[in-house]
Amino acid sequence: MSTADAQPLIQMQGVNKFFGKFQALKNINLEVRKGERIVVCGPSGSGKSTMIRCINRLEEHNDGHIVIGGKELTDQIEDINAVRREVGMVFQSFNLFPHMTIVKNLMLAQQLVRKISKTKARETAMHYLERVKIPEQANKYPIALSGGQQQRVAIARALCMKPEIMLFDEPTSALDPEMINEVLEVMVDLAKEGMTMICVTHEMGFARSVADRVIFMDKGEIVEEAPPTEFFENPRSERTKNFLSQILSH
Amino acid sequence: MSFDLNLIAESLPLMLMGIGITFKLLIVSGFLGLILAICLLLMRISGRWFLNFPAQVYIYVFRGTPILVQIFIIYYGLPQFEAVRDSIFWPILREPTGCAILALTLNTGAYVSEILRGGVLGVSKGVLEAGSALGMSARQNFIYLTAPIATRLALPAYSNDVISLLKSTALASTITIADMTGIARTIVADTYAPYEIFISLAIVYMIFTFGIQKLFGVIERYLGRYMEREG
Ligand SMILES: Nc1ncnc2c1ncn2[C@@H]1O[C@H](COP(=O)(O)OP(=O)(O)OP(=O)(O)O)[C@@H](O)[C@H]1O
Ligand SMILES: [Mg+2]
Repeated sequence: MSTADAQPLIQMQGVNKFFGKFQALKNINLEVRKGERIVVCGPSGSGKSTMIRCINRLEEHNDGHIVIGGKELTDQIEDINAVRREVGMVFQSFNLFPHMTIVKNLMLAQQLVRKISKTKARETAMHYLERVKIPEQANKYPIALSGGQQQRVAIARALCMKPEIMLFDEPTSALDPEMINEVLEVMVDLAKEGMTMICVTHEMGFARSVADRVIFMDKGEIVEEAPPTEFFENPRSERTKNFLSQILSH
Repeated sequence: MSFDLNLIAESLPLMLMGIGITFKLLIVSGFLGLILAICLLLMRISGRWFLNFPAQVYIYVFRGTPILVQIFIIYYGLPQFEAVRDSIFWPILREPTGCAILALTLNTGAYVSEILRGGVLGVSKGVLEAGSALGMSARQNFIYLTAPIATRLALPAYSNDVISLLKSTALASTITIADMTGIARTIVADTYAPYEIFISLAIVYMIFTFGIQKLFGVIERYLGRYMEREG
């Protein structure tokens, strides 16, 4: 890597997170440079969601520092909003606004948060709907769309805010198998364009072809962190080996 | 036992003269009660105990006592206080109609606030998280996401409450108000024909209930367009 982008876009240092007495994150240290694509995997309950939700403050960390694009996440509401403007998020369960048409889903935050005019917001919305290949669904309600289509809308909705970073929390695991690829394709396209991405996913094919680094988490810790070839061919820890043998066996 | 149809034909128009009052009680207390309910709801979900707690006590008291007793307390009880008689509210509280509207408003407000709260609790957490992740503030989340979704969720239970409010207006007749029920009671006192008169009165209420149900059905379908896969 060049030294020009010395300042990482995402920096987590010594982050701990507790839910009551239960420690969900243990001393997380993670740096992501601009344009890097990270895949996070690990068993259920290992803290993957919690980690990426701390990055846009859907969860509050208890110790350590999280710095996004030079801004540290603190209790200050302005800092949180500034970070959220730069970070887009896609959820496992799509979370579209059920009472608004697809195009309105894409326009709402542009107008409210970015203060963009209605006409401009609609233009941007249609632009991104075309990029995820469903402009013809613009005036339908979310319930009328398939899961794969809804998830593509959710990605487009996040992109409308022109984020620097995209977080994906198991974006394909609620989908029927035949719809997984249409969502992954959109994510691969984004990766090719140089979007900084952190994806929690168990799609190992995606990890191999797109990730710069794969991170394996277990019991709230980052156990292993390596480029995909190394990660899959020569996993160092026993825990990673076990996990990979389970997930690749089917 | 005979059923005197002539008597019904004669007394129906008389009873219908009370429609105006019945509807005034329904609409005014329904409207004021809704405003009160929204205030109570906001107090309940404010996350501040000094707002939440009084609202909870209020709701407990008004749901825990019969509405007839509330009407009596307001109509017979309040005028005993000099402060009430001297206050700007006296012109309202001196009138039985004012007392009935006040009692119905206070009562329906308590119920409706809980109905609305049910709607708010029914809004999926994930949808609100999506709003936050897009940078929307808590207030924007409430106005653009929670409120419209909760409204639609609360509507069926709310229409039930409007129907029971319609029927509660009949209690106003106990404090001399000449609503439909009040007029019916006067006719019964004159004619000694409780059977015919009260049954026709019951049918009139049923027809109005039917109308209210239909009206809310239309509103539900309109606000719930997004819940249907077709169209
Ligand atoms: N709001 C919460 N309150 C209490 N415990 C929580 C909460 N959210 C998560 N946890 C716990 O923290 C741990 C990590 O959860 P997290 O959702 O981050 O796991 P995950 O790796 O994303 O798992 P999955 O693959 O099932 O999504 C789990 O044990 C979970 O039970
Ligand atoms: Mg998870």
